[in-house]
Amino acid sequence: MNTRIARRRTLGAGLAALVLTGGLVACGGGEGGSGGAGSGTYTMWDPYPQFDDTSAWVKLLKDCGTKAGVTVKRTGYDTSDLTNKAMLAAQQGNAPDVLIIDNPVVSSLAEAGVLTTTEDVKIDTSAIDTNLLGAGQMDGKTYGVPIGANTLALYYNKDVLKKAGVDIASVKDWPSLNAALAKVKGAGKKGITFSAVGTEEGSFQFLPWFWGSGAALTKMDSPQAVAAVSLWTDWLKKGYAPNSVINNTQTTSWQEFATGDYAFAENGTWQLANAKKAGFDYGIIPIPGVNGGTAPAPTGGEFVTVPVQKQTGRYATSLKLMECLTSTDNLFATDNTLSYVAPTAAVQAKQVAANPDLKVWVDAVKAAKGRTGDNLGTKYPKISEQMWTAVQAALSGKASPQDALTKAQTAAANAQ
Amino acid sequence: MRRPRATRRPRATTWAGWAFLAPLTVYLLLFFAYPLYRNLDLSLRDYNVRSFVQGGAEFAGLDNYRKVLEDPAFVPALTHTAVFTVVCLVVQFTIGLALAVFFSRSFRLSVTLRGLFLVPWLLPLIVSASTWAWMLNSDSGVVNSALSLVGVGPVNWLTSPDWSLASVIIANIWIGVPFNLVMLYSGLQNIPAQLYEAAAIDGAGGWRQFWSITLPLLRPVTAITLLLGLVYTVKVFDIIWIMTRGGPADSSATLATWSYRLGFGNTLPAFGPGAAVGNLLIVITLIAGLVYLRVERRRYAS
Repeated sequence: MNTRIARRRTLGAGLAALVLTGGLVACGGGEGGSGGAGSGTYTMWDPYPQFDDTSAWVKLLKDCGTKAGVTVKRTGYDTSDLTNKAMLAAQQGNAPDVLIIDNPVVSSLAEAGVLTTTEDVKIDTSAIDTNLLGAGQMDGKTYGVPIGANTLALYYNKDVLKKAGVDIASVKDWPSLNAALAKVKGAGKKGITFSAVGTEEGSFQFLPWFWGSGAALTKMDSPQAVAAVSLWTDWLKKGYAPNSVINNTQTTSWQEFATGDYAFAENGTWQLANAKKAGFDYGIIPIPGVNGGTAPAPTGGEFVTVPVQKQTGRYATSLKLMECLTSTDNLFATDNTLSYVAPTAAVQAKQVAANPDLKVWVDAVKAAKGRTGDNLGTKYPKISEQMWTAVQAALSGKASPQDALTKAQTAAANAQ
Repeated sequence: MRRPRATRRPRATTWAGWAFLAPLTVYLLLFFAYPLYRNLDLSLRDYNVRSFVQGGAEFAGLDNYRKVLEDPAFVPALTHTAVFTVVCLVVQFTIGLALAVFFSRSFRLSVTLRGLFLVPWLLPLIVSASTWAWMLNSDSGVVNSALSLVGVGPVNWLTSPDWSLASVIIANIWIGVPFNLVMLYSGLQNIPAQLYEAAAIDGAGGWRQFWSITLPLLRPVTAITLLLGLVYTVKVFDIIWIMTRGGPADSSATLATWSYRLGFGNTLPAFGPGAAVGNLLIVITLIAGLVYLRVERRRYAS
């Protein structure tokens, strides 16, 4: 009697375990497909997880969907996460209909055959600034439309410069910037902070000086490139810049500037809102080139792209969504929310009219260059990795600027 | 003459047995065997972004492994991994054992103190690593300002190629001590008190008792503690990545951070070499574990 009950119980528990297993397998095998053409649901991925469903950005996406007669299903991912997510989704054949992605990634995804060209979806790109469009071009084809751009410039602290007796109008080239930093240090304040961290961020911050020296990414061991690395290295040696820049991200670098002790900080458009909260008077100048003029800074910001779909009929609606997002009014609203500079002259004019502070940023963006431009495309990531390693080696004293760059050039050439 | 064999009908309990086995088997296949197989497959093919998405990556044999072994970054990464692992294990174990012996003599507040020592273990790694990075900051870190009080000049903990590996080792030791403390403390509880009493009567002092009783009787626990510690330490990634990202200029890069950098560090992932480094790491851990177990068994037998 007893054993029979026990046996029945065992069987019951076993069955329960089996059911559980079934559930596990079902979960593992399940796939969140993006639905067929007729379903009327279009998926959109963006790297703005800071915006939730109540934000203006998500409302704009939904409105664009409504206008195109479809429902938009939006997911926001962390920027660094989105590249892998997009690639895996494409591998499994369920890429989103519209993908908004960081501009240096566009060439990698295009190389992977994940993205359609602007010809395929028939979107007009004539109004977009050509230097911004460059980041999304490879072998004469364009793989998306920039939704907005940001770039780098020098923020300065007016109080610190005043105490050090520096007239900001005198800072026009590298020698005058060095002279200003020397005066600031002489006055007992700290000179400049930036980010030289060992990731893409470090290369992004170094490029204005690299390009501003006249160096080219295809030849990293040129005398100009050495001059650019030496400029940074000397700042550390002379105590113009803190040693922590080697590990600084752009955020921690900004936190240093926000203490009010620093005269200059190299940072981006996205810090404007924080600058207003910093509690001291600040100004912004473009990053100077070695002999004056504005150095080309790299463009940041995202592209709106349309990933390849099995059902090509979906492109027509994707085009409508893309056109809606990049229409003049919507660009103006979006770029103000993101603190970006718009990619078209018309919207830029509108932005400057609304906020004269943005003038310096619009000029900087006009002088900016795409990192993957010059037809570097997928060669850029390898070059960049060697560049940030060389900068770190020189700044930390592990190698001289010349040695570090020679090694970087060799390694980058071998990696291609 | 053959007698027809009575086919035994599987009884309910047998079925139940299989049913109980199913969840574990499926779990292992799904989350252990398959990822391992995929990683092996990745490392043996010539993947680029295009073939990763479109399929059809060519079989490349051991090319990725050759590429990785010939890479100038390989030897430094391997050396760093070895130094990191050995130093962390030795120091963690020594401190853990000292603390365990200390806490095994119950005194007032010993339980509370022991509890407090567990805090590093309970904190999320991102929190402890960020805190360490902040404390070791060259310019505004609390460690350097404390050093300046005693007249020692600032040390570029995270940004000097001479110190970055030491810094991540220090942080990892701090995180690993509680694990050693808990394991060894529980081991000490199992050593009968009479042995110590007998030793005391024979005139053995504290030091002698430790070497002749505590350490030998603790050996099984020591073995498992060091083995688990080894497996955990060889693959440490988060602490190093958060504190130095393997830098400056790869001076604190280990096999784990290098593998990550190959696979996800830039916008053009090198999945093949990344997976190859990951597999090398698995093999190294496996070999080290087997060697250790064998040595222990032999010592046990003798």
